[in-house]
Amino acid sequence: MQKLVVAVTALNAIDSPGPGIAVIRAIRECEGFDVRIIGLAYESLEPGIYMHDVVDKTYQIPYPSAGTDALFARLLHINNIEHINVLIPNFDAELFNFIRIGENLRKIGISTFLPTQEEFEARDKVNLSKFGKKHNFNIPPDRVIFHIGETAKIAEKFSFPLVVKGKYYDAIISNTLEEAEKAFYKLQAKWGLPIIIQKFIPGTEFNIALLGDGKGNAISIIPMRKLYITDKGKAWAGITIENPVLIEIAERFVKATKWQGGCELEIMMSTDGNPYIMEVNPRFPAWIYLTAVAGQNQPASLVKLALGQKVAPFRKYEVGKVFVRYSWDLIIDISEFQEISGTGEL
Amino acid sequence: MLTSMKLKKNIATSEAGFIFNPGTGDSFSVNSIGSEILAMFKENKSLQEVIESISLRYEVEKSQLEKDLEDFVSQLYGYNLLEK
Repeated sequence: MQKLVVAVTALNAIDSPGPGIAVIRAIRECEGFDVRIIGLAYESLEPGIYMHDVVDKTYQIPYPSAGTDALFARLLHINNIEHINVLIPNFDAELFNFIRIGENLRKIGISTFLPTQEEFEARDKVNLSKFGKKHNFNIPPDRVIFHIGETAKIAEKFSFPLVVKGKYYDAIISNTLEEAEKAFYKLQAKWGLPIIIQKFIPGTEFNIALLGDGKGNAISIIPMRKLYITDKGKAWAGITIENPVLIEIAERFVKATKWQGGCELEIMMSTDGNPYIMEVNPRFPAWIYLTAVAGQNQPASLVKLALGQKVAPFRKYEVGKVFVRYSWDLIIDISEFQEISGTGEL
Repeated sequence: MLTSMKLKKNIATSEAGFIFNPGTGDSFSVNSIGSEILAMFKENKSLQEVIESISLRYEVEKSQLEKDLEDFVSQLYGYNLLEK
């Protein structure tokens, strides 16, 4: 039997990990799959490149800023060697390009399972408020600003604390105008403009990993509560929970957007019991392997959906499954580092 | 003190004193007496019965026990573990 060739990005299993390794682990553990995993890396020190029992072969690909032509040309070259069946991109910043070349990839035999460009943009941080109004979701009030002078006015309206958010990543809780302005400059330097200022909603944070079939059906929904959070706000441990309010909001999200592919909803359950969507991450989260052990293997199901197979929505999952992340020093020979750095392949 | 305390249906407890709320992901641990009390709550014992049972097995002033039990129950309510 010919192996199923799956290409995966985000092999950066670091302290703020990309989801790639977890996605691969879930796919490899799916019964009935015989897979060859092709890693697609941006940098030569992404740990997944050197995890040979996880990734069979890695190729470097151009940074998103190089544009879609450069990306497609590189993937065409890789595909001539590897004959990729399914490609799963896992970085927010690269998704726009992969969505744009989706049709061209299909023509060369590579299937993806991604949201449309409209869905992708509608849930963007800068559009989230509008998105909430349109689909009747609670979203914390926010303002998208381009100038630091606007901060004081917004602070007066929302009162402190405020959440100052970067265009792509990072959120800083600020308790004074001085802190908010400092956060503005910090995030502007890192991610550029605009900056999003959001009203702080006190409550308990939950995360939901989901997989939509593109027709309005949720194939899988797994809610998780972070048990241990790193200084970067990432989950270092988490537990699957059973909460009908969270399941309902995820179902409604998939139905309203006809979301296709993996997704993570960040929800704040306010102290008065209202769920707010804080963010919609348009790809699987780094903790996605937990969905597989809880009984709903989302990455493997995405592969099946991408291949045009029917996948029945999951109904059950195990509550109380815990993940605890750990770090490990992988020892490699310099020749491997030289090879990926010099040839772009390993 | 005749009221019986009911743990919420979905709350999981273990003999080791671990309490897990699957709706929120919150977990707690209690000592062995706390664990015994929770087991009695699960059997729908009234507060009076709990007091009697604990008094029989431990050397404790009744007034102290009543006060401690009241504190414990109010903490369980606070953490949303008991039916209202």
